[in-house]
Amino acid sequence: MREIEADKIGKTVYDLILKASYEIGDDVLLALQEAREIESSPLGRSILDQILENDRIADSEHIAICQDTGICVIFMDIGQDVHILGGDLNEVLCDAVRRAYTEGYLRKSMVSDPLYDRLNTQDNTPPVVHMRIVPGENIEIMVIPKGFGSENASAVRMLAPAAGEAGVIDFVAETVQSKGANACPPLIIGIGIGGTMESAAIMAKRMTARPLNTWNADPRYRTLEQKILQHINTLGIGPAGVGGNCTALTVNIETAPTHIAGMPVAVNICCHAARHSHAVL
Amino acid sequence: MGMIRIDLPLCREQLKTLRAGDEVRLFGIIYTARDAAHKRLAACIREGKTLPFDLRGQIIYYAGPAPASPGHAVGPAGPTTSGRMDSYTPALLDAGLLGMIGKGKRSPEVISAMKHNGAVYFGAVGGTAALISRRIINSEIIAYKDLGTEAIHRFTVADFPAIVLIDSLGNDLYEIGPARYRTLPEK
Repeated sequence: MREIEADKIGKTVYDLILKASYEIGDDVLLALQEAREIESSPLGRSILDQILENDRIADSEHIAICQDTGICVIFMDIGQDVHILGGDLNEVLCDAVRRAYTEGYLRKSMVSDPLYDRLNTQDNTPPVVHMRIVPGENIEIMVIPKGFGSENASAVRMLAPAAGEAGVIDFVAETVQSKGANACPPLIIGIGIGGTMESAAIMAKRMTARPLNTWNADPRYRTLEQKILQHINTLGIGPAGVGGNCTALTVNIETAPTHIAGMPVAVNICCHAARHSHAVL
Repeated sequence: MGMIRIDLPLCREQLKTLRAGDEVRLFGIIYTARDAAHKRLAACIREGKTLPFDLRGQIIYYAGPAPASPGHAVGPAGPTTSGRMDSYTPALLDAGLLGMIGKGKRSPEVISAMKHNGAVYFGAVGGTAALISRRIINSEIIAYKDLGTEAIHRFTVADFPAIVLIDSLGNDLYEIGPARYRTLPEK
């Protein structure tokens, strides 16, 4: 059994929040540069130039890429041979968020009550945390500061198994067509297929952070990812939604076993400011 | 495609010449307001109370900036999705608002009120908050300080990059642009 101090986890999450908020990943940067090369709309190219310049400024000056520094989503894969010492893990995560958003000059966007009061919690707490117990004695942490321009463009639908591949493609395309322009394209499309309603959504969220130059290991889903990407890029939405052929940078699919009677599909849209960071303790 | 310089406050004659798809650079004063401030502004108009600033001829920027780090006038301050303000916007346009800066599509009601009042909807590129913050040279909270990031800020901007999304004739770049680049065969 390995012992890990809760404070060490807190310090790691703090660093990951700042890194994700200031530095766009090299994979996203490369995809944006490639999009700049192939975009056929002159205005679209001008927009991609602004995005690339923005990402350079944020990185070099250590300021947020986007003012919407999001709900802080934290994924933790905790090895079953790990014992966490010295504090309440959930409180430690809250504290890391509180300090990172305050000391890092990040915007506080959380309201305590979603419907009636909508009072800002002033420190961007609480985070949304997804934990899994996995074999081993490491803790793997991924932080996704998720902005709501693109979160609001996301959707879950319980498809019938008979809907098949065409049903999945149509649902994704319909989601992007109706709300993609508002979600700051070029987009990253995370898709979860299978499981239950909520597990499909969690898979889709995780897929917004899969490295851009990777594809699903199953050749059938790899082909589906490419097919959906091609389809989306014929819609004409383009950078910032004002027309062009670069509407999405990539499509990432994760699947899970599901019930004989259903095929849940979740589409989590991520903007071009696709921020996430990752560490293993 | 040339850049069009716009000195603020807006001039109706120049607004008439702008067309959806034009790239512009703004110089002068703009005001921020987003969800919570719009709720209050609309209530002011409804109840006949004095607004915290004179809307006539002005631009509202839908934005809620991040905090400024030391040495900067303002923190990262990109546009938020405009559609959430749609239900309040026609009343603001009727009260004299001439321009808006945001991102995303607008409702038919907003477009109709824009045409009626000769107003223009500009877009800033979503997710370019760091770049935009470098074009804001002064920032001051003038109302609703209790709303935090959602307070009304008066920004002085220079070389602020924007695109005409919907012009005063109602031409909508979100319709025109994608239609031009759509290659999907219709079913």
